[in-house]
Amino acid sequence: MAEINSENINEIHFIHINGEIDAQTSIYLDNALKNAVISNEKKIIVDLLRLEYISSAGLGVFISYLDEFKIQDICMVLFGISEKVKHVFDILGLNKLLTIVETKEQAIDSFA
Amino acid sequence: MLVLISDKIKIKLSFVSGVIFWTLFTSSIIYSLFIQNYNLSVSFSSLFPKVCLTGFILSVFSYYRFIITKVDTFNFIDLLWKVFITGLVTTLISLALRFFLSVFANSTLVENPITINFFYCILIGLVMIYMISTFMVWKKLILYQKSKKLLRLWQFFELVLLASYFFDFLEVKLGEPRFNFILVLLAISSIMLIFNLKWIAYLNFKQKWKSMLFILLSAIYLYGFSKNLLQFSNTDSLIIDLFDRSFIWGMYGFLLFYAIISILVILFNLPTSSVFEKTLKEALDFQKLSQSIPRGETKNQTYEFLLDSSMSAVFATAAWLEIKEDTKISKVIRNLKEKDILKIKSTLNGSIIKSILDLELTYKINSGKFIHKLKHPQYKSIVALPILIQGNQVGFIALLSEVSNAFNPEMINIITTFVNQASISLENLSLVQESIENERYKEQLKIAKNVQKSLLPTKLINNDYLTMAAFSMAADEVGGDYYDILEYQKNKFGLIIADVSGKGTSAAFQMALMKGIFHSLGTQGVTPKDFNKKANTALSQCLELQVFITATYFDIDSEKNILHFSRAGHCPSLYYCKKENTVNYLNADGMGLGMLRNISYHNYVHSKTLKYEEEDALLLYTDGITEARNRKGEQFGSERLKKSFASHAFKLAEGIKEGIKTDLSTFIEEVVIDDDYTLVIIQFKKTTKKWLK
Repeated sequence: MAEINSENINEIHFIHINGEIDAQTSIYLDNALKNAVISNEKKIIVDLLRLEYISSAGLGVFISYLDEFKIQDICMVLFGISEKVKHVFDILGLNKLLTIVETKEQAIDSFA
Repeated sequence: MLVLISDKIKIKLSFVSGVIFWTLFTSSIIYSLFIQNYNLSVSFSSLFPKVCLTGFILSVFSYYRFIITKVDTFNFIDLLWKVFITGLVTTLISLALRFFLSVFANSTLVENPITINFFYCILIGLVMIYMISTFMVWKKLILYQKSKKLLRLWQFFELVLLASYFFDFLEVKLGEPRFNFILVLLAISSIMLIFNLKWIAYLNFKQKWKSMLFILLSAIYLYGFSKNLLQFSNTDSLIIDLFDRSFIWGMYGFLLFYAIISILVILFNLPTSSVFEKTLKEALDFQKLSQSIPRGETKNQTYEFLLDSSMSAVFATAAWLEIKEDTKISKVIRNLKEKDILKIKSTLNGSIIKSILDLELTYKINSGKFIHKLKHPQYKSIVALPILIQGNQVGFIALLSEVSNAFNPEMINIITTFVNQASISLENLSLVQESIENERYKEQLKIAKNVQKSLLPTKLINNDYLTMAAFSMAADEVGGDYYDILEYQKNKFGLIIADVSGKGTSAAFQMALMKGIFHSLGTQGVTPKDFNKKANTALSQCLELQVFITATYFDIDSEKNILHFSRAGHCPSLYYCKKENTVNYLNADGMGLGMLRNISYHNYVHSKTLKYEEEDALLLYTDGITEARNRKGEQFGSERLKKSFASHAFKLAEGIKEGIKTDLSTFIEEVVIDDDYTLVIIQFKKTTKKWLK
């Protein structure tokens, strides 16, 4: 079960993730990121405050956009990551490839 | 004993005893005549002939009981035919007697009481045979589809009949009040019985005519017999007169009345029988339709049968059927030309029925809309029914009539049931094909599973320095967990544990890829760092963008007791140190393979080295273990795994594996783990002598 909502506030594209991202629901995450790329968003903030669990398939979605974002000069920042999810990111080494901050404000500031 | 005797023998016995009793009866009658004529002073009981007659009647009853009642046939025409034939034979014999008597009329031979009584005895035999056989057939007809009440009534009737028979021993003459009482009782019970004529409903038109004829003839026989008996009765020289018997009267009346009532009822049922027959045919067609596919008939045979039975159900003069099959449309046409169909379709432009004929029906419509008038030189009305499978129109059946307003809603109901049944049959057929497809798919998955299993090492290392135990389980048929070990030099081993992101068949293919990489790099004895760098380069070329592989590569030198490893994003392995009795995670920085697909990946590759000692142990696992959840949604977690390992680490490798497995299954209870999970235990048994020095 997962719910993913996107919104645009002050030229920043927000993606809010609720629930669990597994092999099935990772498709929604993929769609959300794909839409952001298509609509030419350059500043993306992913809100993980209510993300309970993310499987390797879900992480794979983030990873699959890394190159694309670099080429298109898109900046993506994640915030609100829980201790458990952070642990998964760290083990995988994903923390070194993604910009992860603690709060929404920090995320917004990072674009300044 | 009696039960053991077969019915065939019982029939034969009844026959023989009947003949014997009749002979005894006849001779006793003639004997008593002699006594009468010559006034012999011999005491001869008048009861003896009666007893013999009773014996004869019982034998005939028993004979026909087995011949008619016991047979499990409900072919009414056959039963009536039996009555007819028995009647014919007995009547012919009795007519021959009558003929003989009339030829020799007025001669002394014929006027002799002995001759008369002898002939009368023959007639009694014939009458009894005919009446009893008819009685048995009537019984079978009356009791067809019997209820408990009816059965009781019949038993009562038989009982009264039996009582009347023994009543006759009292020599009560016809006309006496007591005699009449018995007759009234018999009449009442027969009247209650003779209106049980359910069997008539099951006759078709032809059978009804036949039965009427047979029953009419049986009634005529009865009448003939009664006349014949009456003639004898009038001679006044009879020893035993059947007309003095209420039993005969009762039976006779019952047989005759039932015959008359049956004839009348059949007669009145004749006009409706065509309707009944039609309904029966429809029911049979319906049944045939539902069985047509299971019987192995092709789709086309089902279409044809559907069309033909629908046509005959609504008296259509022409019809056609169209059904979409994959890409083509199959058609069945009756009494029509293609151009007629096009013409009819064009005249219907704009009506709902047109959308049915164009296979474009997208919504449910009222069945009243299925009927339509036609402006066609030959056909005046049309009814078209859509054929739906899982709510989608796949075809239709169109029936035409040369009469206007030829179709009514009842007809639509009938065709609708036909169409529904045919749809079910067709649906079943496609389900069968689908399940065959599924079966094939499962078979292929099984093959994939076998292939994947063969990717995991069948032989684990088990020598003086190392023991190994492993367990791997896939969530789906095939999984994406991989572990392997190889000895690239004497006492030098390459060991890997890897987990492909995602699960299922595609994960299994990536795992095969990983095995290829492990066996090509591992045999070269590369360092763990180089292994991960090279593996990442290789995998970057061929993995899908979303897919990555986490792995930890170990290099074990069992001569120097050195463990050297590099972690590529895989969950940290656990290490048990015997000397300090501690369990710790082997943390090292690293990144999953395929996550960063360029040279900068090398910056994130690190390795660590440690020296191990005797009875130290290493636990490799995949995240399926730590992420396994119980019913409350709690994960088994790395802390529980660490504790579990610590509590079993003193055991042998196999024991550690079993211990952790048990702890895990106790934690999750009966919840099924929805991921691939793998456990590998390496136990260092002995330190080498070199090192001991």
